[in-house]
Amino acid sequence: MSIVAKFAVEHVQYLDPEGRLADHAPAVAQDLERLVATYQAMARVRVFDAKAINLQRTGKLGTYASCLGHEAAHVAIGMAMRPEDCFAPMYREYGAQFVRGVKPREVLLYWGGDERGNDFSGPKHDYPWCVPIATQCLHAAGAALAFRTRREPRVAVTVVGDGGSSKSDFYGAINAAGVWNLPFVCVIVNNQWAISVPRRMQSAAETLAQKGIAAGIASVQVDGNDAIAMLDVLDRAIARARAGEGPMLVEAVTYRLHDHTTADDARRYRGEDEVKAAWAREPMKRLRAYLAGRGAWDDAKEKAWLEQCEREVNAEVDAYLASSPPPTRAMFDHLYAELPADVAEQRRLAGQ
Amino acid sequence: MPQVTLIEAVTQALAHEMARDPSVVVLGEDVGVNGGVFRATVGLSERFGPERVLDTPLDETMIAGLAVGLATQGMKPVAEAQFEGFVFPMFDHIYCHAARFRNRTRGRMTCPLVLRAPWGGGIRAPEHHSDAPEAMFAHVPGLRVVIPSSPARAYGLLLAAIRDPDPVIFFEPKRIYRQYKEEVPDDGEALPLDVCFVLRDGTDATLVTWGASVKECLEAADQLAAEGVSVEVIDVATLRPLDIDTILESVAKTRRCVIVHEAPKTGGVGAEIAARLAERAMYDLVAPVERVCGWDTHMPLFRLEMKYLPSTARIVEGVRRVLAHG
Ligand SMILES: Cc1ncc(C[n+]2csc(CCOP(=O)(O)OP(=O)(O)O)c2C)c(N)n1
Ligand SMILES: [Mg+2]
Repeated sequence: MSIVAKFAVEHVQYLDPEGRLADHAPAVAQDLERLVATYQAMARVRVFDAKAINLQRTGKLGTYASCLGHEAAHVAIGMAMRPEDCFAPMYREYGAQFVRGVKPREVLLYWGGDERGNDFSGPKHDYPWCVPIATQCLHAAGAALAFRTRREPRVAVTVVGDGGSSKSDFYGAINAAGVWNLPFVCVIVNNQWAISVPRRMQSAAETLAQKGIAAGIASVQVDGNDAIAMLDVLDRAIARARAGEGPMLVEAVTYRLHDHTTADDARRYRGEDEVKAAWAREPMKRLRAYLAGRGAWDDAKEKAWLEQCEREVNAEVDAYLASSPPPTRAMFDHLYAELPADVAEQRRLAGQ
Repeated sequence: MPQVTLIEAVTQALAHEMARDPSVVVLGEDVGVNGGVFRATVGLSERFGPERVLDTPLDETMIAGLAVGLATQGMKPVAEAQFEGFVFPMFDHIYCHAARFRNRTRGRMTCPLVLRAPWGGGIRAPEHHSDAPEAMFAHVPGLRVVIPSSPARAYGLLLAAIRDPDPVIFFEPKRIYRQYKEEVPDDGEALPLDVCFVLRDGTDATLVTWGASVKECLEAADQLAAEGVSVEVIDVATLRPLDIDTILESVAKTRRCVIVHEAPKTGGVGAEIAARLAERAMYDLVAPVERVCGWDTHMPLFRLEMKYLPSTARIVEGVRRVLAHG
């Protein structure tokens, strides 16, 4: 017997939950300007998230998927991508999307039951939210194939959940990316739960990152609550992919601090202790502590920034609430480039 | 006697059949500890254990393929798709395998699985949570497609579906999951598949429908009754195979037919019913068959969904149009 191959999965963490930096920290840890911008984006999306939940609770929004606890993973994706890169999200990555220019009012329109939210202010080549789990992974691989075919130095970045990493579409995407060496980065945001199904029931594999090994692509596990680690790994993953050096699978280990969506009640299936323990590892506190230790952030800045976020998000909420529903005919407006005659007749019958 | 909602009737039927038949297993996403996102399987895991109520990894292709494997080896899987919008990765296994095992093995192997899914619009749900894809399954030879429209029919038809020797797609109208309660004795009495239910007798026109639209059809019949128009209302219940005889009998009497469904009009099951009427009731009819359906668009997000679904007003208008003839 001989061993034909051996594998290891690296885990990357630089900032511990208290905000202490490891000795071997990467250059991005010294880029305080970028880290402050990252922190500000994280704080902003958290303010937005609380408002959105509140809107749902008061009957002004439909079902909403919170991003509480995922801020470092999501914002780092946005910060590491270039505008010309292509983002294929699932449904809770507002932190990445805001950095890419999507407006909060557009997120609200979408969850408020209005397709116009999908026609957002972010890059026109970015994909809209994707509810059928993991299907976006294949679209991102196809986008990467388009970029490679046209020799464009662009990268397709997609996100999938721990649950979604069980789905055939995910496996197909990383497999294709490996076979064709595509400029493709897939981030598994492992928040430990797929609605009520815990991570251990999705896969017997020790890490989700190791799924990439079977696809023959570079794979790494990151502390998804460590913004410095996320930025460092994603910078490298995207740069490699852009240089034609191959795709990458990144497992970002984090925790879903809220219910799955506002339609869910997580108390039915998970204990308070687990959630409490997860709060101690949440991503904002440690980055704030690090930045404060480096003199780049303080209480006054925090207060001023949160006030600014409140104002901005409130204005977005107002804009959403002021939007009138689309006319009935909007159902027909974008069905085809040109509406077939029989459907045009239906549009007439449907009225305004 | 228990008063139950439609969804509670589903749970009651599942529990009854699991207790009666040890080969029945339930599998799907969040069906165990959480009892399903709509609570259709609530209490089953506690009662029958995790080997018979399987919380699966998140992969519909896998769920459907496993169900085919279970069913072809003597088990009675009741698989759940969390919403009808997520059945499409399952279609491969349903279309290429479940529907064909009996035929391609000349009867040596059969595939008595049930695929349950919450179905249809009207609950302000997110994208891909409100469709009505029954026609895609009704088109497949070898399948049964069933949609109950009351707690009692949900109980009786689900029992029948589980006991049926062939694969059954069981779509549950989520808009009326909790609309009202009725007495549904847990007596294990199945209702017959492959027959329509005449819910209201009438003489002037026949409304043919299924699922949650039964509600608006009955409302329309009430409104028209106040004007002296007598409308018969038929719940098709099993869309494939189709009990055309009950519909023909009704139309022979009323001579006018309006078909109502929330799926898009073109290629909907209503088209099949209209075609059969053209084949066999041409000379009974005094008016062209009307269809009041979802528009030929995608189910819009919820700000417009009530403009998409057939409303009572649209159904009444449809009946008025057929009444204008003869
Ligand atoms: C194909 C498909 N099946 C089922 C669902 C219903 N559903 C929505 S989210 C979800 C769990 C997803 O978990 P995970 O992939 O871990 O992502 P998370 O929501 O935790 O971020 C499920 C089952 C769906 N949207 N699409
Ligand atoms: Mg998850």
